[in-house]
Amino acid sequence: MIAALGKALAEKSTTSLETTTTALTAAKRDTFNAFLAIDEAGALAAAKASDERRARGATLGPLDGVPVALKDNILTEGVVTTAGSKMLANFTPPYDATVTARLKAAGAVILGKTNLDEFGMGSSTVNSAFKPTKNPFDATRTPGGSSGGSAAAVAAGIVAGALGTDTGGSIRQPAAFTGLVGLKPTYGRVSRAGVIAYASSLDQVGPMTRTVEDAALMLEAIEGFDAADSTSSDAKKTSWRESLRSGVKDLRIGLPREYFVDGMDPEIERSVRAAAKQLESLGASIVDLSLPHTKFALATYYVIAPCEASSNLGRYDGVRYGHRAADVKQLKELYERSRSEGFGSEVKRRIMLGTFALSSGYYDAYYRKAQQVRTLITRDFEQAFQNVDVVLSATSPVLPWKLDEKLDDPLAMYLMDVLTLPCNLAGLPGLSMPCGVSSSGLPIGVQLLGKRFDEATLLCTAQSLESALNLKQEVR
Amino acid sequence: MPRSDFQVVIGLEVHAQLLTTSKLFSGASTSFGGAPNAHTSIVCLGLPGVLPVLNQQAVELAIRAGLALECTVAERSEWSRKHYFYPDLPKGYQITQYEFPVCLGGRVTFDGADGEKSVRLTRIHMEEDAGKLVHEGSVSLVDLNRAGTPLLEIVSEPDLRSADDAVEYLKSLRDILVWIGVNDGNLEEGSFRCDANVSVMRHGSNTFGTRCELKNLNSFRFIKQAIEIEATRQVEIIESGGKVDQETRLFDPQRAETRSMRSKEDAHDYRYFPDPDLPPLLLSKDRIEGERAKQPELPRARRRRYVEALGLPAYDAGVLTADRAMSEFFERCLAEVGDAKQVSNWFMGELSRLLNESKSTISQVKFTPAQFGAVLKAVKDSVVSGPGAKELFADLFATGKEPSVIIQEKGLAQVNDDGPLLEAIAAAMAESPKNVESYRGGNTKIVGYFVGQVMKKVGGKGNPKRINELLVEKLKG
Repeated sequence: MIAALGKALAEKSTTSLETTTTALTAAKRDTFNAFLAIDEAGALAAAKASDERRARGATLGPLDGVPVALKDNILTEGVVTTAGSKMLANFTPPYDATVTARLKAAGAVILGKTNLDEFGMGSSTVNSAFKPTKNPFDATRTPGGSSGGSAAAVAAGIVAGALGTDTGGSIRQPAAFTGLVGLKPTYGRVSRAGVIAYASSLDQVGPMTRTVEDAALMLEAIEGFDAADSTSSDAKKTSWRESLRSGVKDLRIGLPREYFVDGMDPEIERSVRAAAKQLESLGASIVDLSLPHTKFALATYYVIAPCEASSNLGRYDGVRYGHRAADVKQLKELYERSRSEGFGSEVKRRIMLGTFALSSGYYDAYYRKAQQVRTLITRDFEQAFQNVDVVLSATSPVLPWKLDEKLDDPLAMYLMDVLTLPCNLAGLPGLSMPCGVSSSGLPIGVQLLGKRFDEATLLCTAQSLESALNLKQEVR
Repeated sequence: MPRSDFQVVIGLEVHAQLLTTSKLFSGASTSFGGAPNAHTSIVCLGLPGVLPVLNQQAVELAIRAGLALECTVAERSEWSRKHYFYPDLPKGYQITQYEFPVCLGGRVTFDGADGEKSVRLTRIHMEEDAGKLVHEGSVSLVDLNRAGTPLLEIVSEPDLRSADDAVEYLKSLRDILVWIGVNDGNLEEGSFRCDANVSVMRHGSNTFGTRCELKNLNSFRFIKQAIEIEATRQVEIIESGGKVDQETRLFDPQRAETRSMRSKEDAHDYRYFPDPDLPPLLLSKDRIEGERAKQPELPRARRRRYVEALGLPAYDAGVLTADRAMSEFFERCLAEVGDAKQVSNWFMGELSRLLNESKSTISQVKFTPAQFGAVLKAVKDSVVSGPGAKELFADLFATGKEPSVIIQEKGLAQVNDDGPLLEAIAAAMAESPKNVESYRGGNTKIVGYFVGQVMKKVGGKGNPKRINELLVEKLKG
């Protein structure tokens, strides 16, 4: 854990080099396929530099010397970044993403790059072009996705924290599946510069950690305005650790009727309602709530995200970098073959969907309509937040499924995101944290949604719940 | 030209490169030339993860152009992505403005064959340029130096009715854009490009014919030629009972023809949608009005003022306003001297000649308006003679030294004292009693001979007017 490790480093009971070496050994063993790349040389150099700073009394902060991992759609200068795609199998970025640079500036040791569904498109990490990641709680099951590699790396105890990205639930759902805290910040709080785009108006980078406090520490390191991202916000930075202590007394917590869906696993529902009760016992009030446009969120998401993806992925054409088909005779052939060979089937499916929805004659019926519904979904939340401070629900309606399940049915797969998507459409902050364990020993996650730029209330609620539940979840 | 019962209808789309130092969405340089791909950045290369950041200088220039062209500058406009695959387009889309452009309406006024005309503008929007392909034998190479360069697309209504008017419209538009510092007006380097939408209809009809879009028009001469050739082609099709197809046609100046590039059916589906990486462009009233307050007097208005208020000939007014720097320098010299006609004469005569001879431009002149004023004052006060003034001005132009210093160094001061003049007159009369007699006998023209003699004796520096006066007095006896 970051805070605990920070304390150990401060007390000199360990060194960054020692911790990093241990982490590297574990990462190299990597029985869960969490990692796509390990930057041993970079990590060791960063660890030594951190230890030297500490010896000089020039430690940079709570992340200094702490090994972390980055989802492999976050660029790392000089370290191959693939987005989980054959298209970028050999792509070495010439620059760091802003979040990478900020973690480095905070002294964090970047151990390696974690597996993901190709370009972030999926909920299982099975859509990686390279290998499927396994859930450390049950290696026959998915860790969720698309940030499944980051989830597995933290849950397996290889690193204390990792960054994921969340376009429709890709931080929160794998966090729920692996017993972690996962935070998708408010759209605009964290820079997207240097993050390989899936759906630009929905993508957001966030921390995946063992504790709420650790999530706060990582958020503090990466958040804030970035001139390189015109959608990043200059919203005031907060000292998150301060806000953790304020408690939930008099906080109004809303349970949206529409989020307790048919077909939801009863164990999950029980566990989530128990978490709400727990908060109530801490002084919060529980409010019944309706978000009437929730039923349109899935369709809205699966128009907007593929539209943006079909556009964002146009640059992978085999001309300047990335996969290029061999023995090409003509330009059209270069495009067709490079893209056919370089992209996996889920990516192609979404490119096709988006291309179709943006075509002349269909734009109004699909993209424009979806944007209108998106506004209605956003308004649902605005109205809800006049009466509540936090919205509480399950993160996923189901427990982690078997790795070979649901592979042939994309629609069933899309349904798994139904509780996490609306948060991205509305640009709100959302957090998933463990609230229990199923009878089968699998983690259950509860999702907290907050007002725009009100991560403070989310973190504070999560901290209170975490302390009260006092779960001991360890990988078996 | 089309047969006489047909009328050509023309609308023009101009792409004008904005005079910014960096690209529309990245810090890479916009300078022309350079080694291929030297002026690129991770943003113009379309690497994974890069995001566009709007160049505010480009926005300012767009507002300035919109105001100069009498458009409504939109307080809210939007960026869109226009998609197509081509190796000169690194992202697979061009960032442009589609549904909500930065300027709406507006007009351009020019002098057509039958007097002043005004063409309405539909819209002006900003967009990024693509790169280019260089074909070498069987390989094609990509140069992205130009990719991301900021452009203004200025779209006119189909208000033009002749190829000559189209050219005059373009010249007037270019004059304005160059004048306000938005564009360098260079057609050869492609920083001012034009596509023409051309159709024909019978005189008296108010239904436009099917239009064709002409491309590859990179000089005013080609624009005129292409429009005329295309109009003739369309008239011939209609006359022979055919139908004009809507298509994009390429002008081939070598063969003096237009030929089909792509038909309407092959037109791309660009799949425009608002760019999620860029928030809408919001321009406050204050910002727009701030730019308006900085608007300079435009060339046509200034030309008119020179004629109407300063009394200059139209030709002079045209020459003096052909170039903003020339006009501004004229204004400053005028402020020193006050006599527009006199200043204009010097600009049109001596200054133009010296600039031509030295192959230099007005912005390179070494003298100040105050020094120019000093030369004219020396003439007015008879400090120097007319020819002396030209010599003085030429030296001032060459060196930029103070006129008083030049007068001293070159000994250009006129002798205005009667003493030395009278001595010289007496000597000249004494040397030529015959001519004195001749004058007194009525041959008053002979005074010219004496002026010459006297001037020679004072080394050419006598004030000719005074010499004349004194001579007449003495010769009369």
